[in-house]
Amino acid sequence: MSNENGAIISTPEPERQSMEVDIACVGFGPAMGGFLTTLSRGLSNADGTPAVESAVSPGMPPQVVCYERADGLGFGVSGVVTRARGIRATFPGLDASQIPMATAIKHERVLYLLDPIGASRRSAALRAADLGIKAWGRLLPWYRDHALELPYAPAFLHKKGGLVLSIGQFNQWVGEQLMAGGQVQLWPGMPVSQPLVDGDKVVGVRLVDQGVAKNGAPDAGYMPGMDVKAQLTVVADGPVGAVGRALDERFGMPEGHHVREWAVGMKMVVDLPEICTLPEGTVFHTFGYPEPEIFGFMYVHPGRVASVGIFVPSWFDSPIRTSYLYLQHYVQHPYVWQYLKGGKMRSWGAKSLQESGKRGEPRLVGDGFARIGESSGTTNVLTGSGVDEAWASGAQLAEGVLELLHAKKPFTRENLEAAYVARRRASWVEEEGLVAEKARDGFGRGVVTGLLGMALSGMTKGMLNLGPEPVPPHERLGSIEGYYQGKIPTAEVARIRDECRKKGQSLAAALMRRAGWPDIPYDGQLLVTHQDALLVGGKVQAPGGYADHVVFLQPAVCESCGSKTCIEICSAQAIAPGETGGVPAFDREKCVHCGACLWNCTQALEGETTNIAFRAGAGGLHSAEN
Amino acid sequence: MSGYQIVVCGSIVPDPLQTLEPVTGPSGPVLKNELMLPAVLDPWAGHALYEAANLAAKTPGSKVWLVSLGPKAKVQQVMMAVGQKVPFELVALDGPAGGFVDAHETAAALADAVKAIPGIDRTKLLVFGGWESASRGAGATLQILGERLEIHDQFQGVDQIAPQADGSLEILERVEGGQHQISVVAGPPALLGWATGNLPEPRNNPQVGMANMRGIMPALQKSKPAKVGTGDLQYLAVTLPKAQRETRVVKNMPTDEIAREIVEWISKD
Repeated sequence: MSNENGAIISTPEPERQSMEVDIACVGFGPAMGGFLTTLSRGLSNADGTPAVESAVSPGMPPQVVCYERADGLGFGVSGVVTRARGIRATFPGLDASQIPMATAIKHERVLYLLDPIGASRRSAALRAADLGIKAWGRLLPWYRDHALELPYAPAFLHKKGGLVLSIGQFNQWVGEQLMAGGQVQLWPGMPVSQPLVDGDKVVGVRLVDQGVAKNGAPDAGYMPGMDVKAQLTVVADGPVGAVGRALDERFGMPEGHHVREWAVGMKMVVDLPEICTLPEGTVFHTFGYPEPEIFGFMYVHPGRVASVGIFVPSWFDSPIRTSYLYLQHYVQHPYVWQYLKGGKMRSWGAKSLQESGKRGEPRLVGDGFARIGESSGTTNVLTGSGVDEAWASGAQLAEGVLELLHAKKPFTRENLEAAYVARRRASWVEEEGLVAEKARDGFGRGVVTGLLGMALSGMTKGMLNLGPEPVPPHERLGSIEGYYQGKIPTAEVARIRDECRKKGQSLAAALMRRAGWPDIPYDGQLLVTHQDALLVGGKVQAPGGYADHVVFLQPAVCESCGSKTCIEICSAQAIAPGETGGVPAFDREKCVHCGACLWNCTQALEGETTNIAFRAGAGGLHSAEN
Repeated sequence: MSGYQIVVCGSIVPDPLQTLEPVTGPSGPVLKNELMLPAVLDPWAGHALYEAANLAAKTPGSKVWLVSLGPKAKVQQVMMAVGQKVPFELVALDGPAGGFVDAHETAAALADAVKAIPGIDRTKLLVFGGWESASRGAGATLQILGERLEIHDQFQGVDQIAPQADGSLEILERVEGGQHQISVVAGPPALLGWATGNLPEPRNNPQVGMANMRGIMPALQKSKPAKVGTGDLQYLAVTLPKAQRETRVVKNMPTDEIAREIVEWISKD
């Protein structure tokens, strides 16, 4: 800090505060919901007396605090179709009507979408299949509006008996009950920067610094992040969470495990038009359009509201993979548009999905810590199910923790292995996760191989699988010139790149237009600009006084990067070409914290680490309907 | 002075940028999906709360209460954020927060709640609130509350309060023409409707949160339905403000032209 004459003024560094709790929890999502709901029921007796005692506040029940990065418990994004087995095990007799936007699944359809525009990049095999469908489709009862409804879909793809949920509303519903129970404390708007590690033991977490400039330097109102010491740290901060990734870095992944499969899930919540007669509980799963690699979905909630979205996977080898543009083309597909035309965007958001599943499972426990949820490898990549498995893993950990608390055993790696990991290994989460472990490997060789591989893995219960072991995303992505070879001359790509850099824009819109994708006919209701989606849909905000959480580690590496996929993939246009065209510029006030930049950086530094650091940060979506 | 008893009255409003849509409910107009909309502490009341906490911190023996009238579940959500900011004790009243209530009813409910706070002492009492509200900007609620509490020293548009050595309070109050008026009041009881004050939003402090939460949940559990929104008040019409977002993609427009359009757009209202 300096005075008006520029002289350095020495100001005392504020002391870093610390406090002790029994259990510190990181991230509030379905896994943490399952953990805290199950745990809180066992902390007190029916008469209100503590069933187990706190180690830090004798005579009291254990002190349990949960810190959530987002500004509200419901501000994550993930509308889901779930079989809800784990959720129903916790809430027997669950009445879906008590949860806003929840309903029972009534109809499921799986659809192959043809390309009505002719702009998507399809293999020769797929083009031949499309021609056949178009030629004979009129004779089939399952073909209409450039879509073929599959007359049969294997059981593992169905969510029969399950629920359509808005995870935002579900999280709020769970959080309300937890808070009302008074056994645990939930603190949104409080990012956790890192685990506290003493030797090989995790002894708590450190919260982010507040009152700092964008670069993290102390600024007005500086308050160093507090150290929260705990006997047990429960980590459920999702696939791009700072604490989980720090643990992976510190303790390493188990032999043969890695996180190389990802996807961006992006969705809109839409007020359906009056003329739409789709009943609530209707579910579509689609593939084939806007690109063969992009999967889509539509779920109908109560009250004439639908969630519509796409998944853009890491094995879609386009360096130009702007999810928002693809989402806009997706909703305009004739089969989807027939239901959405005249609708209005209520909400919008995006998140990264860890799609390595069981193969991405980290060390689940260690001295003083345990991992649950998506970042612990619970997602079933064959059935496309994650919320239910995440919830179940949380409930399993809670049962184990209660067992250890009652037995007055410390939270050592051995004890957590016996109390939690053993429960998980014996459960359906593990059994089905093993079946799914290699189910998607075929996509490494293309969509058709991938679909065949999924079918094979599903039919043989994982005994037979197709395809090679996945490679890191940065090893798959080629150059923009290579991707558009035969469609856009190299010199024209260079010209477009130069023009976009001068305008501070990503390349996606210009290149896709040149490749044959039509302009989006904005209607100001459902088809709105990307920036309007941030404001009208996501209500994206960022409080001041926090450091930028997206950091380009080595500027020289960005300078020499030709593809800059981080700019193209950014779900919120928060990453844009820098003023000099080298290092991209990051605007924290637009970021939705999807984390896609982390796994889309093509510049590897060391091992599978890339040139983008994605740290704990504040702000993001302020919509609770996703 | 052995400290102030500062009662801040402040409710919740929809988080900024939310899409608000009035619809007709069983007892009159309500906001569509109000319970699904994220909420925040009314920003005007927020200034009052942070100023109250600042005054209490500087005056030993002081205590801050936050009296909040809103849907219990939504108040609970908001307290998870506000509870980390500054120390206070919550007094919760369960009722609508959508703004479609009569200022007299709201003030009556708040006055009853203030009077019912155990140990409240008029000789130490300062009632704070926002001089405006993001949803209940009737411009009268706080004044009526003061009258019901028989507090006649009232100040609106306050930006600063400074206790004096003799026990009096010097108050900086906004007046017309962008000016401030300095007033001195002999001491409590007084009612202050805050403008923005001068304090930044406090940082989140987990220790403050843990201390506050011990009282917040019991207060919410004890909260009773407030008698608001049930009277004879009838709304003949409810409309959204005219200014709504308009999206238009324009390329290469000169900045002077952009400025002219913005001025024209603002002038429509």
